[in-house]
Amino acid sequence: MTSGAAAAASLPPSGLAGLDPAWSRLVLAPGLDGTGRTFHVLDNGVAEPDLTLLCVHGNPSWSYLWRNLLARAGPGTRVVAPDHLDMGFSERTGTVRRLAQRIADLEALTDALELTGPVVTVAHDWGGPISLGWAHRHRDQLAGMVLTNTAVHQPEGSPAPRLIRLARSPAMLDTATVRTTAFARGALRLSRPAPPPDVQDAYLAPYRTPDRRAAIGAFVADIPLEADHPSAAALDEVAAGLADLADVPALLLWGPSDPVFSDRYLHDLEARLPQADVHRFVGANHYVPEDADVAGAVLSWVNARDADTPPPPASRPERASLWGALDRNAMDRGVAVVEMTPDGPARTATFSSLAADVRRVAAGLQASGVRKGDRVALLVPPGVDLTVCLYACWRMGAVTVVADAGLGLRGMGRALAAAAPDYLIGVTRALAAAQAMRWPGRRIAVSPTPDAGLRALGVWATLDTIRHRGEARPAPPPPSPDDLAAVVFTSGATGPAKGVRYRHRQAEAQVDALMAVYGIRPGDRLVAAFAPFALYGAAMGITSVVPAMEVTAPGSLGAGALGAAVEAIAATLVFASPAALRNIVATAGELTETQREALGRVRLLMSAGAPVAPALLRRVAALMPNAEPHTPYGMTEVLPVADITLAGIEAAGDGNGVCVGRPLPGVDVMIDPLDDEGRPVGAPVDASGRTGEVCIRAAHVKDGYDRLWVTQHASASPAGWHRSGDVGHLDDQGRLWIEGRLQHVIATAAGPVTPVGVEHAAESVPGVALAAAVGVGPVGTQQVVVVLQQATGARRPRLADPALTDMVRAAVAVDVAAVLVVPELPVDKRHNSKIARGRVAAWAEQVLAGGRIGRL
Amino acid sequence: MRVLVTGGTSLLGAAVARRLRDRGDAVTVFQRRPSGLGIREHLGDVADPAAVTEAVAGAEAVVHLAARVAATGSWDEFVRTNVDGTRTVVEAAQAAGVGRFVYVSSPSVAHAGASLVGAGAGPAEPSTARGHYARSKAAAELLALAASRPSMPVVAIRPHLVWGPGDTQLVGRIVARARAGRLAIVGSGAALIDTTYLDNAADALVAAVDRAPQLGGRALVVSNGEPRPVRELLTRITAAAGLPPPRVHVPTPVAVAGGQVVERWWERRRREDDPPMTSFLAEQLATAHWFDQRETRRALHWEPVVTLDEGFRRLREWFPESR
Repeated sequence: MTSGAAAAASLPPSGLAGLDPAWSRLVLAPGLDGTGRTFHVLDNGVAEPDLTLLCVHGNPSWSYLWRNLLARAGPGTRVVAPDHLDMGFSERTGTVRRLAQRIADLEALTDALELTGPVVTVAHDWGGPISLGWAHRHRDQLAGMVLTNTAVHQPEGSPAPRLIRLARSPAMLDTATVRTTAFARGALRLSRPAPPPDVQDAYLAPYRTPDRRAAIGAFVADIPLEADHPSAAALDEVAAGLADLADVPALLLWGPSDPVFSDRYLHDLEARLPQADVHRFVGANHYVPEDADVAGAVLSWVNARDADTPPPPASRPERASLWGALDRNAMDRGVAVVEMTPDGPARTATFSSLAADVRRVAAGLQASGVRKGDRVALLVPPGVDLTVCLYACWRMGAVTVVADAGLGLRGMGRALAAAAPDYLIGVTRALAAAQAMRWPGRRIAVSPTPDAGLRALGVWATLDTIRHRGEARPAPPPPSPDDLAAVVFTSGATGPAKGVRYRHRQAEAQVDALMAVYGIRPGDRLVAAFAPFALYGAAMGITSVVPAMEVTAPGSLGAGALGAAVEAIAATLVFASPAALRNIVATAGELTETQREALGRVRLLMSAGAPVAPALLRRVAALMPNAEPHTPYGMTEVLPVADITLAGIEAAGDGNGVCVGRPLPGVDVMIDPLDDEGRPVGAPVDASGRTGEVCIRAAHVKDGYDRLWVTQHASASPAGWHRSGDVGHLDDQGRLWIEGRLQHVIATAAGPVTPVGVEHAAESVPGVALAAAVGVGPVGTQQVVVVLQQATGARRPRLADPALTDMVRAAVAVDVAAVLVVPELPVDKRHNSKIARGRVAAWAEQVLAGGRIGRL
Repeated sequence: MRVLVTGGTSLLGAAVARRLRDRGDAVTVFQRRPSGLGIREHLGDVADPAAVTEAVAGAEAVVHLAARVAATGSWDEFVRTNVDGTRTVVEAAQAAGVGRFVYVSSPSVAHAGASLVGAGAGPAEPSTARGHYARSKAAAELLALAASRPSMPVVAIRPHLVWGPGDTQLVGRIVARARAGRLAIVGSGAALIDTTYLDNAADALVAAVDRAPQLGGRALVVSNGEPRPVRELLTRITAAAGLPPPRVHVPTPVAVAGGQVVERWWERRRREDDPPMTSFLAEQLATAHWFDQRETRRALHWEPVVTLDEGFRRLREWFPESR
């Protein structure tokens, strides 16, 4: 390790992108190295601040990394971002400074700055251990810690990041870090897209010559990859010190695409700082502050520290645990779960066998080393095995991770990387995918597999082994209602899939809410063609069956398969998705006479997952003449919110949006009105006739988004509520109408216009099969454009002719700038009903700007 | 108020003059030929300082519309009328102690050719404006706004594509081409274009006279705020004249290139009539141009009263009598 030549500190050159020269100052730390050393510091100079953010950069960067924090910090927040000695524009000391010295350097600087009052440390990369060393010595003024892509320890069993090892090898170190800018430039270019050239230049500005880069090499060399490294003890001390900081608020902001500080390091820090709030910026790389809004996250986090009041203590009724019904029915020899194949009923489990198996597997999981709080991904199709694994996990306090196969391999991979399960229970097909895609989690095989197959799939245990281990053991202690039960992923139909955390009490409340709204009671028998509900049969204490269908394609359910399932258990309840219902109506000819009779005994039909046309419900109802058709309203984050019957839909008639019924007992709904630019004003009201974002509060609202603190903070406002992202209004009878998604609101000069009402009006024009209402132009002065799909398809996209245009304008209540016709509107694959309005809008914008009328 | 309106023979000039008169202002019009408006008038050329000085004497407000709007002609001719003429009128108005000045401009002064989608009123830019007309109007707008003082606030109003019954410019040319079977849709015909019905434009200019003291030095685009695909506009105008919709389609690059050829031909032959296509027109017909009207409406305390639908109805009523 070489030290460079000595040189005085200097101010950065002017004109660096985004950097205000007024922030730069040189600060002498008098005692350092005897003679004193001079730091270059960015400082917004707020006098008598309420809070100071002490921002510590890593290697190879400088305080420039924190410029957005300086630019955006509110009044009362001082931001101090020093360059380490020998780095940035600080003094080149001609010495080699190791971790322990760098912590002392930072302390000497904060002494020189006379930094008193509360401090939140903010650090990136190897600034992390330095900032934490400082934090440990300043507990009295430490108000919080923010860490981004850093580490205090090599996680057990993980090889040192290859890149670091490579850069540290004697052959590479000097060439990569000091003699060339390869390291400094390469680190920046990890970002996709790379930062703009002027930003890259600014990062390199202090490192123009090898002399000025000596410390970049020294920093890399100071990474203690070996136990006998000179800085190993200092790093271990920092890591051990975190135990004393467990009551200090912490925020971990992560760029998971970083090839150096991967998710493993995040999980290591999460384990050391269990109190930490976490946000993973999907797609962000090593330079997280360049790739994501780190400044915004830090500032809203420090502001939220004071503002966030815990949700009002909800009255907590005594609820049965999720496995309570299993225990109650432990002596019942009746059928609990039936698996259907195209040839008829296959495997079944009775209530008593299910209860026994769940206890066995729960005990076996515990005996195998699965701990309470561990995450277990379940990649098993609905049926007996899934039911056993799910309830066994819940029974012993493991957190189940549920990602719908409908997300596709890529989406599943992203979801599992975010949730980071410790274990992954899967059928052979899922385990093969997990191996190929390198999904995390120790593998547990559900299906019997030959030994060679187990090895190839990297299987850690089989369900049978686990069952066997649990055989003679007592049931594990149950989790408490406040323990986490599940992480469930959103469909991704309206954005990237997000993990949603539920605690036991929230999942229990959901079961209760479903049972209450549909009057479910012992003796009911459920056909669940809608995956999430198939899982709750055991918790409700009722018999359930999943018809023979491809779980990833709800639309593949045919009438024959449904009829067979209904007949097999003499079902009283049928839950299905609109896509399935469409296919069932289309294939009604498959039904046998006895199946028709069985369908005639169904008392309740529920269509969930997406809005459903009353005409379709009517046609399904004709197949089940004694069933009352219901449609619940809700989302992954809270379900059910409201419910409406077919009769209710017909009574509500036409209106602005889709009527989803009154909020259920125990569910509060408020509307946050929109401003002129279509954004919620932030003051929800309980008033009818106002259009705005639908805000929901209930005992079964999610606990939070998983590892998405920023998203959660924005959605849980006011605290305890969930912002649904849907826009709608309450009518004078208290019914909720959904008018579309918040991001699809069209902000015209005359005020916000919601799409669903416009679409329904356009669809009333003869010959129109489907309509999308979108906005073109800048927010606040957008024009409404209607894009139509006709019953008899157009061959090419085109402008509608004047007669059709006139009819649409006459039907629609707002000014419509243009009407376009396309062969087919894009809809989401999963529900086959939600129009991809974002795509339609982008297409219309280009067409109406005068571009070619290309394919949509 | 005593108001001088220059360019009283133009469709918009006449409409403004009548509106001001009808509400009780003392209106004088100034142009080269008699207007037939039955309003007190001075005849003369805007580039003639003596004639302008005489006309402006005693006026409290000036609405300056007089301009050369042809699609062809030499740059010098445009400069003479539009730039020199505006300078003459502005200076004469200042000398005569006029208290407010409305310069009637065009959105094309700030338009470099790209599509305008919900655009605001950018600064006039003679170097990038397209064609002699727009460039000369841009230069004139800059000099007019630069002359704005508290004693004589100058406000520039840029009405976009004014049309209505009696319009020989936009409507007249479209109908003439359609009759000759030469009306073509350039590109897809889907580009959204904002227009201004005549009465709304006249109302906006009257509002600008009233609001000038608060708006000195500012430029505002005025339109109906109802952009429509260009094909729809052409179809509705031809329909109002009882003609079939345009059927000829010309790809945009062909129209622009053809327009350039035609322009050069017309210039070489010194033809005074309208060419069938110019590159400027081809661009105008193939790219969106519509505007954010929120600030205009706030600033002028004005709203368009006549909707497009009502405008087309009036146009249809007007056509039989003119035929």
